[in-house]
Amino acid sequence: MNKKIMSNEQYLKLVSDITPKTNEKRSLLSSFLVGGFICSIGQFIRYFFMLVFKMHGDELASATSVVLIFLGILLTGLGVYDRIGKRAGGGSIVPITGFANSVASPAMEFASEGFVYGLAAKMFVVAGPIIVYGVSASAIVGLIYYFFGL
Amino acid sequence: MESIVLSYLKAFLVGGCICTLAQLLINYTKITAGKILVCFMLGGVVLQAFGIYEYLVDFAGSGATVPISGFGYLLANGAIKGAREGLLGALTGGLKSASAGITAATIFSFLNALIFKPKSKIN
Repeated sequence: MNKKIMSNEQYLKLVSDITPKTNEKRSLLSSFLVGGFICSIGQFIRYFFMLVFKMHGDELASATSVVLIFLGILLTGLGVYDRIGKRAGGGSIVPITGFANSVASPAMEFASEGFVYGLAAKMFVVAGPIIVYGVSASAIVGLIYYFFGL
Repeated sequence: MESIVLSYLKAFLVGGCICTLAQLLINYTKITAGKILVCFMLGGVVLQAFGIYEYLVDFAGSGATVPISGFGYLLANGAIKGAREGLLGALTGGLKSASAGITAATIFSFLNALIFKPKSKIN
C-alpha cells in the first residue's frame, strides 16, 4: 500500500485543481451577448413606440418595459426563459425580462398552493426587495429634492 | 439610417456591459443574484439622483432603460419630477412612474400562472 498522505494545503490545492472551472470567460461573453441582444430588442420596440405612437421620455421607457415584461413572462410560461438563463446568467437576470421572470416563475410554481397564499403571496418573493428598496430610495430622493430644492 | 444602426449598436454595447458587470459579480464574489438586482436598481436610483443616469439613457436608449438599473432611474426620475409638484408628489412620484412595469408584471404573471403549469426542472 502506497497511500499518499496529504496535508490540508495539498488537499485544498488538489480540490481547486480538480473542481471544473465554471467557464468564467464564456459566461461573461454569453451574458454580454444575451444582455446586449435583449437591449437591442428593447431598442426596436422603443423605435416602434416612438415612430408609431409618437411617445417620448419616461412614457417611452415604460411602454417598452411593458412589452418586454410581456415577452419575458410568456417565455417563462413556455419554459424557454429558464433555459436561456442557464447559459446567460447575468445577461438574462439583469434586463427587465429577468425581473418579469422572477415575478412570473414563483407565481406559476406556487399556484398549486392556492390563489392567496400560493400564487399571490409568492409572486414577489424575489422582486419584492427590489420594490421595497426602490420605492424607499425614490422617496428619499424625492424628499431631498423637495426640501433642498435642487 | 446610419444613426438607427448606431443606436442599436450603442444599446447592445451598453446593455451588454451592464449585464457583464453583473456576471463578473456572480463569478468572482459571493453576492447572490437577488442582491445584485437590488444593488443595480439602487445604483440607478443614486446615479439619477445626481442627474447622471439620464445621460446614459440619452446615449444608449434601451441599453440603459432595459437593465434593472433603468428601473431605478425611472423611480428616481419620477420622484424628482414629483418633488416639483409638492411633498406628496415627492413621495408618490417614484412608484407612479414605475407603476406601468409593476402592473404589467403582476397582471401578466397572474394570467401566466392560470394558463401555464410549471415545467419540470430541465437539467
